[in-house]
Amino acid sequence: MTAWTDHLLMAPIVVPMLAGAIMILIGDRRRNLIGLIGLASTVTLVLLAGLLLTMADEPVVRIYRLGNWPTLFGIVLVLDGLTALMLALAAVLGFAAFVFSLGRWQRAGAFFHPLFQFQLMGLNGAFLTGDLFNLFVFFEVMLAASYGMALHGSGVARVRAGLHYITVNLVASLLFLIGVSVVYGITGTLNMADLAFRMRDIVAEDRGLLETGLAIMGIAFLIKAAMWPLGFWLPPTYAAATTPAAAILSILSKVGIYAVLRVWLLLFGGETGPSVGFGSHWLVVGGLLTIAFGSIAVLATQNLPRLAGASVLISSGTLLAAIGAGQVAVTGGALFYMASSVLAIGAFFLLIELVERGREVGADVLAVTRAAFGSGEDEEELEEQEIVGVVIPGTLAILGFAFMACALLLAGLPPLSGFLAKFAILSAVMGPTGTGLRLTAWGLMAALILSGFATVIAMVRSGIDVFWTNPARRPPRIGVVEILPIAFLLLICIGLTVGAEPTMDYMQAAAQQLHAPTAYLRGVFAGRPDAAP
Amino acid sequence: MELIASLAIGVLAGSGVWLLLRARTFQVIVGLALLSYAVNLFIFSTGGLRSGAAAILRAGESGSLANYADPLPQALVLTAIVIGFATTALLLVVLLAARGLTGSDHVDGRERDR
Repeated sequence: MTAWTDHLLMAPIVVPMLAGAIMILIGDRRRNLIGLIGLASTVTLVLLAGLLLTMADEPVVRIYRLGNWPTLFGIVLVLDGLTALMLALAAVLGFAAFVFSLGRWQRAGAFFHPLFQFQLMGLNGAFLTGDLFNLFVFFEVMLAASYGMALHGSGVARVRAGLHYITVNLVASLLFLIGVSVVYGITGTLNMADLAFRMRDIVAEDRGLLETGLAIMGIAFLIKAAMWPLGFWLPPTYAAATTPAAAILSILSKVGIYAVLRVWLLLFGGETGPSVGFGSHWLVVGGLLTIAFGSIAVLATQNLPRLAGASVLISSGTLLAAIGAGQVAVTGGALFYMASSVLAIGAFFLLIELVERGREVGADVLAVTRAAFGSGEDEEELEEQEIVGVVIPGTLAILGFAFMACALLLAGLPPLSGFLAKFAILSAVMGPTGTGLRLTAWGLMAALILSGFATVIAMVRSGIDVFWTNPARRPPRIGVVEILPIAFLLLICIGLTVGAEPTMDYMQAAAQQLHAPTAYLRGVFAGRPDAAP
Repeated sequence: MELIASLAIGVLAGSGVWLLLRARTFQVIVGLALLSYAVNLFIFSTGGLRSGAAAILRAGESGSLANYADPLPQALVLTAIVIGFATTALLLVVLLAARGLTGSDHVDGRERDR
């Protein structure tokens, strides 16, 4: 029964691991060779993700048993609709950030490319794994690489933000471990499917303890996802990180969302006994508070990288609240929103650097202060440093269009995919089939619309300031490899808009799988280990 | 034995949390170390606290946890120790870098204004 296609499930972990290891062996000096290997790896990942997406677009859930051990003894990798979607997002974003880094950021410090590959490996592993402890291990692989990525380029701001980031995440990892061990102590299993199976038969006196353990684990996920009181580390870290690092870090917060989706819906979503719906109010309320905090942060922020960080908060909050609503159609819309917002935020992080390149240091802060208090100071002439790259005519026009597309996507305005995603969430929440609380529905609607409004205001303000009132004296010099990834990401968003119907069908099918995990359970438990290797 | 183990875990976790909330980077890192010891002991204790249990099954016994110590928490704790050790070492490097770059051992990189 093992066709060669089944082995493909392993490839998204193995390819970047091998690429990263080879890069370290080659050493940091031979840039061209390393770049070539990185390119091969990221392109392979994109192609693999495409292949896995087509494989996942059917009701069967595929599994891969490492070492062909029986399911409950060995480690399994599981591929369903959500996993394939996340793999594709990580691959596309990874490819774009990699190509962008070839422009100049790879030279800002040692071992950028190996760290980048290990980051991708950790991400892919976390999406694929089917048991809780390996989820922890891949979280750590991903985080260890992300520490290096966040610190890449060094400097006071990065080290200071990195110190906070690492400390917060170490504490989150300890909470994760506590949760995992409580779950193992009570149920005797760490396999997620087996756990969902056993949830029904937990005796009443153990149930409270098990729920506590899972809640502690949930806190670890929510720290990653940057839910409101747990997310203060996010904007400074992302704003301080180098551009390609920030772009790939922006999907890290979505790993927390992924873990909540996977674990929460599997254990508390379907027919799993008296625990159904445990903690859904926390998700909704926390999500709404995160949106509120993100909207205020968007309005209050004075520079573009922090604006992008605040947008990450809004997108996390939206997803959490939508997941907490606990309806299939809403989750489907949320998945569409996730795809759209990951790509848009990634593109925005990359774009910011190009826009800022031609401007004076601290121009944003000055502009806002000037608007508030009136100008009175002479502008300093700052010598622009020499940048290697090809000059594109009409650079600013291209940047302006990209900025506009990002603004439309982030704010969720028509005609791009951000609007369709928000519309899908809202129409499902407000629709006649909605059985959830009316209060939740109205709260979510208000939060989505108001946060979109705040984003529009903030983006328009920055856009006017950057492109109209005090544009760069001469257009910034931008390499082709730096504008192409942005165009690539935005084109995919446009593709999502044009092909909205098949995309939405896929998302709904994936949400259906998550809410009724019989296919997942059957997939994991199906069949004995193969007789012949 | 349960009482001693839980007291040890509690004291370690309590001291760890207290140190973690302090303002000096070195205190934070010691706090993290204590907290990770507490968590490691906790993971270890989920397998059940028993003395004198066989590490592996002897011939002729049935495969029940009553006859041997649960190996999985030991495997988990080993992994957790390795990962915790590596990340703490990394944090130590960042701590030194922060000390060198900012000239302060405050977690925010500067003393609070009084």
